[in-house]
Amino acid sequence: MKLAYWPGCVSRGFTTELHGSMAFTAEKLGIELVELDRANCCGAGIIAEHNQELADTLNARTFALAQQTGLAMMNICSTCQGAQSECQQRLDADSSYRAHINEVLSGQGLAYEKDKDGFTNKNFLWLLVEDYGLDQLAQKVVRPLSGLRVGPFYGCYVVRPKERLGYDEFPDRDLYLEKVIEVLGGEVVEYDGARKCCGFPVITMNRETSLRQAGTHVGDALDAGADCLVTPCPLCHLNLDMQQPEAAKIVNRDLGLAVLHLPQLVGLALGGEPKQLGMSKHIASTKWVEERLAGVPA
Amino acid sequence: MATYTLKVRRYQPESGEGPFWEEFKVDLDPTLSVLDGILQAKDRDDGSLSVRCSCKAAICGSCGMKINGQSGLGCKTQIGEAQEKAEKVASVGNGKADGTPPILVEPMGNMPVIKDLITDMESTHWEKIRRVTPWLLPHGEAPEREYVVEPESMIDITQSMACIQCGACVSSCLSMEADPEFIGPAALAKAYRFVGDPRDAETKERLHDLADDPHGIYDCTHCFSCVDACPKGVAPMDQIMRLRRKAGEEGIVDPNNGHNHVNAFVKMIEKKGTNDEALLVQESYAPGIKGKLKPSKAAIKGLVESLPTVLRAIKTGKARSPAKVIPGIHPKLPGGAQDEVKAIYKHAEEHREEFNIYIRGEEDVEPEPDKPTAAAMAAEAQAAAESEEETA
Repeated sequence: MKLAYWPGCVSRGFTTELHGSMAFTAEKLGIELVELDRANCCGAGIIAEHNQELADTLNARTFALAQQTGLAMMNICSTCQGAQSECQQRLDADSSYRAHINEVLSGQGLAYEKDKDGFTNKNFLWLLVEDYGLDQLAQKVVRPLSGLRVGPFYGCYVVRPKERLGYDEFPDRDLYLEKVIEVLGGEVVEYDGARKCCGFPVITMNRETSLRQAGTHVGDALDAGADCLVTPCPLCHLNLDMQQPEAAKIVNRDLGLAVLHLPQLVGLALGGEPKQLGMSKHIASTKWVEERLAGVPA
Repeated sequence: MATYTLKVRRYQPESGEGPFWEEFKVDLDPTLSVLDGILQAKDRDDGSLSVRCSCKAAICGSCGMKINGQSGLGCKTQIGEAQEKAEKVASVGNGKADGTPPILVEPMGNMPVIKDLITDMESTHWEKIRRVTPWLLPHGEAPEREYVVEPESMIDITQSMACIQCGACVSSCLSMEADPEFIGPAALAKAYRFVGDPRDAETKERLHDLADDPHGIYDCTHCFSCVDACPKGVAPMDQIMRLRRKAGEEGIVDPNNGHNHVNAFVKMIEKKGTNDEALLVQESYAPGIKGKLKPSKAAIKGLVESLPTVLRAIKTGKARSPAKVIPGIHPKLPGGAQDEVKAIYKHAEEHREEFNIYIRGEEDVEPEPDKPTAAAMAAEAQAAAESEEETA
């Protein structure tokens, strides 16, 4: 399998361990990634908030760069998925709007064409389940995550709005994390926050609201007995992991729960070592995950 | 006809007991609604089971509730589909149920419960609606007859006018869950209905009011819950983003750093193409720190509050490279790509077109596949030639 790969900004910024673990995991899975190094930020919904046409054109450019490779496109960030799907929905809705957007791209030798070669842009999570296949994934597992109790945390942008995000065609997209955890041999932990908001979008605007959301979800997962969380969204990771000590102050309780990126969790089951997968870079210690995998009882 | 189990979260204040769950078996055609099921249970099993309803046609907005955790209208949710959803959720994890799982029915969230499925809309929903001055504030004397406006100038607000005040979006709001003082999706969508109305004369004042409130437009966490909850396609979050866009166009600098954050983000991508985190943090809180503007007290507080997080990130190696801690040295996109991004900015900032699918709709007829432009074809041919060279 060969894919046009948009890693997003945060995986090369404050969560480099995501970029590294994706490279490791892709190789183990036999997926070849062609990185779109000339592509730009998806705008994270913020550019669209300022000027919708600007966000649509910037993402049309990214899609056009991916289409030039003739490959399907993959992202590793729920927020990229949501922001790009929103723009793609508008671009695909109307040929005259698309032509208007392509006016500026054509000056750069680029054009976004609807459905060109069945073009798709999918988060690693969707791709893993829908295209790679859980059966094939199961065959690659060399270290089942037996006994590891994992809480899924999706990130809003891959679960809502359902109508925009392809749930008509793939109605189980909001259950894929659970399915992947089970295939890797882990145990799914159910808790209230799995499909709720981490609070990151308002961290600079309303810090308390933001951190209360993150702290509540981490606390709920701990109360439900989780050993760790897993997320396909690096922005959720920033609030759930990087801000976890600050969130603990807001919700006034001890937290201390490891938050893994999806490629890290998959990578562990494919034989990766925690350090190799960048887990030592996390703010909330991942030591307990290592101990559980080494057979330490819960 | 099929048999369904409704598991209803009940609360009977006169009993002196707390809330409890009760299951009801109902027999209905799968195309009938969850509300039909509740009314059958009330009729056959327990007349005290309480629910608000009237039209049963998604017009009156009375029967807001949560079904399998999803906020919406009882009358607009088919019971067969609700059963499928319950079974889907029960198909993974430790919730894997023996037998058929029940359909969960709960009162709306973010509101006090009065009895069973009846919530107190007054203390939350209506109070917040009144908060945004939900009536027209026109200029000068009223005209002798009606106000005359161009029909096109009203199209923009038809989406927010479609609201039936059911409260489903309020029930689903994840910001309000963390901050009950948030003005919230229904009231802010209503606010846009007047901000976008060409007859209203207080547009600027309204935008100031909503941006300056710390629980106003910049308190929305962009989670899309209200978009999925709304039975009428109002997409309240989209209306909140429109309010932010208009407030930004007015140059309103709010105490939440909302406008500064958007500005910092937009400018940064024009300059760098991807996120320069150090620059974004600095510029969000204190734009133009290099001698032009003095950072406000709120900005200093924001920067100081983010310091421990940054220090921890440096310690673990998350943010050890200079580009992650020193604003502005993050690299641009390679090989002319940054100039392409700048050209896009120039083009898009001139037009600022807003394409609203709710209003414009999607094309009915599938058009012919797009013909690639001559430039794109040339670029493709060149790319093919280059890759051939590489292989050679």
